[in-house]
Amino acid sequence: MAKHEHKLEIFRGYLKFKSNVQKIWGVLIFLSIVTAIEVALGILKPPILMNYFLGLKLINWLFIIMTIIKAYYITWDFMHVRDEKPFLKNTIILPLLILIPFLLFILLWEGSYIFDVMLDGLKEWDFDIY
Amino acid sequence: MQASSLSKTKKTSWGGGGVQPLDAAYGKLMMWFFIVSDALTFSGFLVAYGFSRFKNIDSWPIADEVFHHFPFLHGVDAPMYYVALMTFILIFSSVTMVLAVDAGHNNDKNKVAFYMLLTIIGGAVFVGSQAWEWKNFIKGEYGAVEIQNGEILQFYDIKKDKRIPIDEFAVLQSQERITHDNNVGIWYQSEAKLPEITLSEVMEGFKTNSTITVRVEKLDEKGQKIILSREDAEDKLSSATRVVKGANLIRNEYGNPLFADFFFFITGFHGFHVFSGVIINIIIFINVLLGTYERRGHYDMVEKVGLYWHFVDLVWVFVFTFFYLV
Repeated sequence: MAKHEHKLEIFRGYLKFKSNVQKIWGVLIFLSIVTAIEVALGILKPPILMNYFLGLKLINWLFIIMTIIKAYYITWDFMHVRDEKPFLKNTIILPLLILIPFLLFILLWEGSYIFDVMLDGLKEWDFDIY
Repeated sequence: MQASSLSKTKKTSWGGGGVQPLDAAYGKLMMWFFIVSDALTFSGFLVAYGFSRFKNIDSWPIADEVFHHFPFLHGVDAPMYYVALMTFILIFSSVTMVLAVDAGHNNDKNKVAFYMLLTIIGGAVFVGSQAWEWKNFIKGEYGAVEIQNGEILQFYDIKKDKRIPIDEFAVLQSQERITHDNNVGIWYQSEAKLPEITLSEVMEGFKTNSTITVRVEKLDEKGQKIILSREDAEDKLSSATRVVKGANLIRNEYGNPLFADFFFFITGFHGFHVFSGVIINIIIFINVLLGTYERRGHYDMVEKVGLYWHFVDLVWVFVFTFFYLV
């Protein structure tokens, strides 16, 4: 069956597998390692990673990057996007890649703006006490 | 359907004589479109969570303190281990799903059935774990007091340097009030269940125990909840209105009510996806056993539910990050 040919290399060809089943297990091991690193970082919370960078703690940037890496391998290898035509890949990925960062940007920006307003823009917003 | 488009064993719902747009079967493409729109729905929810969090960045509950239970390890502080285990279970059930799809490409009925069964079990275990997580969250652990402006005050033992549950220091008093049921009044109205420990009992315990003080919602520079001095604590507690134990949609003992609202809504919506995924998997599993796809000549249906199942796993990866890690 020509249709079900799989691309059997991950990490840009650095790691090649002999069969699709082998690739699946390889990806599982990789995802488990990433999850284990996430959990270890979440429990240890190294003090160096607690510094802020672009509004977020470094450790949170690491978590987000690792999450996106995991999402990439789940879609590319488990959902077989790697084997699809480029046009189908773009049909799936581009709307998400454009809309989600846009939504993130406007809402998080607005959220921190409201925080600033409530912190020092008003005299008092906790009306119940007085 | 014209017979001409069914020249081979491949049967799809596309017209046009067997030509498939984007080289994908009809159902598969439609499943992808559904997944893209559902992904946008979930990102809307998660971004709304992010909005509320950025809006309350200096007083958001600390996830490690909320989710630190592990089955059979009662009283042991084990933050995140259980969610990590849940994540692993879901990723593993994703793997068995890919293996089922792969076996489907080789038309191996028994293997497909076996891997589908494993996937169903993994999904069921995950939904069960989520229910257990909800139970712990709803039941609560330490209890807290709400004051007039809606702020939640938790209690802290200075001597032991750790949080103290309200039932450990409250001075029990004889209670005159009992819960009003609808069968005793004339208007058939009932009231919410009274808390097991009343506010005056907590206040009495606070007065007699000089080592106990209060922890507020506000965070310090290190991201820890601020612990007040005894005088400030007394001042804050003077406007206490009620005892809060556990969590519901209106108030929770962990702090901001939005935290519980988003937790219930997002994990609930995701859990509903997992639940429907398990049901769909069971239907496909039965069809595999009946030999429906063997007679059809291809296991495309397994591939389609597989896509849905991986998507559910994908969403959980994000929920895990933004609810438990960040």
